[in-house]
Amino acid sequence: MNSRNAILARIGAALADVPRTERYDAGAIPRDYRDSHAGVDVTALFAERAADYRATVTRTAHAPAAIAAALARRALAGLVVPDGFPAEWLPAELGLRRLADRPPLSVRELDAAGGVLTTCALAIAVTGTLVLDAGPGQGRRALSLLPDYHLCVVGADQIVGDVPEALRRLAPRRPLTFISGPSATSDIELERVEGVHGPRTLDIVIVDSNNPGTGGTA
Amino acid sequence: MSGVDTSSSVVWLGSPSFPEAAREAVADTRLRANLRKATGTIRTKRLAMAGELDDWEELRTAGAAIKRATLRHLDHHLLKLEQSVTAAGGTVHWAADAAEANRIVTELVQATGEAEVVKVKSMATQEIGLNEALAQAGIMAYETDLAELIVQLGDDRPSHILVPAIHRSRAEIRQIFHDRMAEWGRPAPEELTDEPRDLAEAARRHLREKFLRAKVAVSGANFAVADTGTVAVVESEGNGRMCLTLPETLITVMGIEKVLPSFADLEVFLQLLPRSSTGERMNPYTSMWTGPVDGDGPRDFHLVLLDNGRTATLRDTVGRQTLGCIRCSACLNVCPVYERTGGHAYGSPYPGPIGAVLTPQLAGIEHAPSLPFASTLCGACYDACPVKIDIPEVLVHLRAQAVDTKRGGLVPTPEALAMKAAAVALSTPRRLAWAQRAGELGGRLLARRGVLRRLPGPLRRWSDTRDTPAPPRETFRAWWRRTRRENE
Ligand code: SF4
Repeated sequence: MNSRNAILARIGAALADVPRTERYDAGAIPRDYRDSHAGVDVTALFAERAADYRATVTRTAHAPAAIAAALARRALAGLVVPDGFPAEWLPAELGLRRLADRPPLSVRELDAAGGVLTTCALAIAVTGTLVLDAGPGQGRRALSLLPDYHLCVVGADQIVGDVPEALRRLAPRRPLTFISGPSATSDIELERVEGVHGPRTLDIVIVDSNNPGTGGTA
Repeated sequence: MSGVDTSSSVVWLGSPSFPEAAREAVADTRLRANLRKATGTIRTKRLAMAGELDDWEELRTAGAAIKRATLRHLDHHLLKLEQSVTAAGGTVHWAADAAEANRIVTELVQATGEAEVVKVKSMATQEIGLNEALAQAGIMAYETDLAELIVQLGDDRPSHILVPAIHRSRAEIRQIFHDRMAEWGRPAPEELTDEPRDLAEAARRHLREKFLRAKVAVSGANFAVADTGTVAVVESEGNGRMCLTLPETLITVMGIEKVLPSFADLEVFLQLLPRSSTGERMNPYTSMWTGPVDGDGPRDFHLVLLDNGRTATLRDTVGRQTLGCIRCSACLNVCPVYERTGGHAYGSPYPGPIGAVLTPQLAGIEHAPSLPFASTLCGACYDACPVKIDIPEVLVHLRAQAVDTKRGGLVPTPEALAMKAAAVALSTPRRLAWAQRAGELGGRLLARRGVLRRLPGPLRRWSDTRDTPAPPRETFRAWWRRTRRENE
């Protein structure tokens, strides 16, 4: 008997007390918890909660100016801009070296790139979380990982209230990355240090209107 | 099917029994001060974050119900998971025990032709002693979680589920980095200070080289979803993302109990876990993947489903609930015993209240008979547990088992006598105290230099695999009474 069958047989024997007629019934799980802990103004809540993680958050009606201003605050060697980043959000002049991931950049090139500018699939207000799903304007996962600086642009209409709604809108088949602030550790005497392996700096620009609809969700 | 040896690394060989180890740990006043400060800090954060959600109890109820219902139909969900992962392009392997899991992973790594792997913190691979098994095959496994790195470089053992190096001070960590990093790769900078920011930066540079050239990664899993085949890893530092994204081959080892029926179930656990674990609304990074993705991340994905004592735990209708654990470590941080002894005293990768119930069940009660007694039954762990595992109930249940095991022997050992009396007298503390004293006195007569080299009769197997410490001069209970007086 191979181990697969052996384990399944052991499970069967271990569950002898479970009536043979019993079936797993998702409907029987008591789900009396809230669907959302957010109030009406999810944009303000997201901005506040993301800032709690020491991400720098800007709200704007004019994306190009806000992006240009954010980039001007950081002295970056270069900026990776993934395919599909909305042209109407891009500043006319980036003022720094722009890299496309086509053909795919090597890990060493990404490591040396300096920064990355992406969109996201959606954002979660209550937890201050960005979710990337490798859709247009986001690129593959390594792009938002290796550069030391990440600037993420969120359309206000992409912000959902809480985790349950976010999961309903996401497509599980896409690779998903939930990002809540810059990377961090508390491993040394529980003192929080921001910035370990992921980007050490996270800037977020929330675009209040005219979101071109970056897609990427289910 | 090969013979089952689940004891491998669930119980660290050569570890003293809990009372002995606890006595030493408690004598270490600096360790106790560190632990008190650390567990106090996380406790406060967790309470604030749980308190922020007015439906916390409802979330706990849902989490507990999902876990318990899933376990009742575990075979069904595992088959579904296998089907979904396979349909998504991954490969599923089944490992009956630690030895088989280690063999599977070793062969998968060997098939890539690589001699090193990067690892993201995983309790399951600690449990099976994977790093040691890989080393025997000439494969280097690099731990990439900062705390795990500290533990690995320091030739040490983890002492907390979430913060494995909680027992180390910043000065010690600086020394370890300074002395050992060069042997493992990029050395620590000469001018390294003991500022946490500096130490984290040294780790970043040291590990970056390894991430950039890694071809194979080994990870654990926090959750795996049966209906979609999605696997989730929850982390803070980004080392998990590095391991899950950059290499060409990803091997994930997970206990069979980690399966969740549906993707939507994550909505409960992604709210419960970060708030219970680090005391945050959400941890910095959560990665989810469903098989390999073209042009993004590993080309090969292997999922190793590990039994290693879990089906035996499942068989016990009282102990079964232990398998619902999501390894948040909240129970450690509220435990008065853990706060004073630290994690090493539990002699297993699973310390604290969860360790006191999980270790004896996974390894067999005969391998860790003193652990179910490592508790005051105060109930704080149950109140803190996000999936409502009734740890005190399981502890009492296991205490009775520990006694029954010993009772089967022809030669009544002092420990067996003490435990038998303990179980009979659980409700009468004075008799328990008396019985334990009788145990200590009897045991010391048999001991030479404090170690029982070989126990007679039914306990021989146990003492053959490890030096059995003589019953300590001071019992756990006596120690508890004394130290409590000191502290309060
Ligand atoms: S037993 Fe409960 S509180 Fe303890 S680690 Fe597991 S889930 Fe967390």
